[in-house]
Amino acid sequence: MRREPPQKLGDYAPLLFPAAMLTIFFVVPFGTMIAVSFFQRLQGGFYTPAFVFDNYARFLSAFFGGVLGFSLFLAITVAICCVVLALPFTYMLTRMGRKVQVVWLVALLSILSLSEVIIGFAWSTLFSRTAGITNILVALGIMSEAKALTPSFGAVLTGMVYQAFPYTVLVLFPALVRLDPTLTEAARTLGASPLKAFFTVVVPALRNTITATLIMVFIFALGSYLLPQLLGRPQHWTLSVLITDQAIYQSNMPFAAAMAVFLVLVTLGLVALTVIAGRKGEAA
Amino acid sequence: MITTSIKRRTLLGAGLAGASMLAMPSVLRAQDKSLKVGVYGGYFKTSFDKNIFPEFTKATGIAVESIAEPTGEAWLVQLEQAARAGQAPADVSMMSQVAMLKGQSTELWTPIDMSKIKNSSNLLDRFINKYPDGRVAGIGAVSWYITLVTNTDVYKEAPTSWAAFWDPANADKLGLLALVSNSFLLEVTAKTFFGGTNALDTEEGILKVFDKLAEVKPNVRLWYRDEAQFEQSLKSGEIPMGQYYHDVTGLAAADGNPVRSTFPKEGGIQDSGCWALSRASQKSEEAHIFIDYMCQPSIQATLSRKVGTSPTVKREVTDLTDKEFAAVSSDIEPIVPRYDLYQSKSDWLNQKWTELIVG
Repeated sequence: MRREPPQKLGDYAPLLFPAAMLTIFFVVPFGTMIAVSFFQRLQGGFYTPAFVFDNYARFLSAFFGGVLGFSLFLAITVAICCVVLALPFTYMLTRMGRKVQVVWLVALLSILSLSEVIIGFAWSTLFSRTAGITNILVALGIMSEAKALTPSFGAVLTGMVYQAFPYTVLVLFPALVRLDPTLTEAARTLGASPLKAFFTVVVPALRNTITATLIMVFIFALGSYLLPQLLGRPQHWTLSVLITDQAIYQSNMPFAAAMAVFLVLVTLGLVALTVIAGRKGEAA
Repeated sequence: MITTSIKRRTLLGAGLAGASMLAMPSVLRAQDKSLKVGVYGGYFKTSFDKNIFPEFTKATGIAVESIAEPTGEAWLVQLEQAARAGQAPADVSMMSQVAMLKGQSTELWTPIDMSKIKNSSNLLDRFINKYPDGRVAGIGAVSWYITLVTNTDVYKEAPTSWAAFWDPANADKLGLLALVSNSFLLEVTAKTFFGGTNALDTEEGILKVFDKLAEVKPNVRLWYRDEAQFEQSLKSGEIPMGQYYHDVTGLAAADGNPVRSTFPKEGGIQDSGCWALSRASQKSEEAHIFIDYMCQPSIQATLSRKVGTSPTVKREVTDLTDKEFAAVSSDIEPIVPRYDLYQSKSDWLNQKWTELIVG
């Protein structure tokens, strides 16, 4: 297929539909949210259109800074765990037969059909004292007494990695399938062990894919608000949990909007930094 | 029954709220006079549709179109915005006490003409919601209790006081509601340790209560927004103590689960909903007939028996037996939440509360 840059105005026509959709479903709601974040909150009532910075001022405190910091830390940890687990897994999957691949991919896709609520409740049962996995360890004689593994940071992390893992595999899969197998074969003929070939050939060749995957999982994890509530203690609640509290339970839309805008800005900033760092690394 | 009753007060994010708002209203029966009544979606609406509304139509000739409304404040926002456009998605709605106060600030509620509510003399005073100038904004619709609940396998003896929450022996064993405005734990702390909810009159008083409440933190395993999460853990003994709804706990115990609900000696927390009439409604006449009908002792008794709510009228005027009354209420003076605080100091309270449990 020959690709040519668009010459006439008419060549841009196919873009109109996606552009309109993006405007209606993303730009307009986001603009509304930014507008509301400057509105005046009326305590004990609703809000009135205004242009005040109160909502942002309230957010700028050590308390909310701490919650924001934890949310970012949690999302980054989830992203790293997912990629570290999914990269070798997907690499091995691409070396397997077609049938095995299909079975695995269908299983992973079926996880995507589970709602966050079901995942949260399932893990909280698995981690419980009365019905959880520690009972199996007790039966096997490995542990002396069943104990609860939730609520804890580990439980939150496990639930979120479980939820994001299928996405990670599905994003990595096409790139790994397309990866030229002769590259690793060459490394092997030159005497590299399989492990060394994986780290010195496969990983560097996929650097851009890995960065993109990390960013995707990071953003996906940042929006999570149910799993931290179901599996964590209050100190593990993310900023999204507090945004929900303000919007739904306190009907404080201006403050909720201000927090959401802040979260989006910080996210965009981090993604931009990653991309810039990636470009510099490439140029060097 | 349990699963549907959960829907009544739970909000799992905006999703559920949206879903119940979209729920189709029941088909309007073809009659001359009609009234749109908003009730909490799920268990409440089902029970009202089955046990209350058909009888009302039979008695008065007014057809009822019941509308499922979400709990929380989403419905208040909708009513307010619709009223500004001169529309009433429901004529009469069941509203929480905090929502009543917020609606008062914009004159959303049409004052009720008490001369048309003949049965109002039966009502307990605290179920008449008034504007600051004395006009009546709403009339008690239903009330329910939040009590001290325990797993009977873990606690052979029922605790007798809310002070059990502070007992170091109960470390990591409690499930409490996660929001200042629905757990009412400030009121519980004030009543248990500071002689009454008047201790919350000043900010210094509230801060003292917060300090006392902070001592509970090490005992709390779960701060729940979602009722199903706590109910399951209570039944299994995973989280053997906490605060929960008296009616639902009673139903769970009746199903054979090892749970019990206790009215502590300081009293259970009594929360309630009001009937309120939107200022945009054209059906004032019918609305008054409806509210008057609902204040009858026999209807309140039916609600207690069929829906599990506590009567809003004096106990003497109902024909509830001791056993029926004990199933939904108690003679111990209840802890009545300080709804005024959640209006006048809501943001400050919310901030302090969040810092308390998250910090």
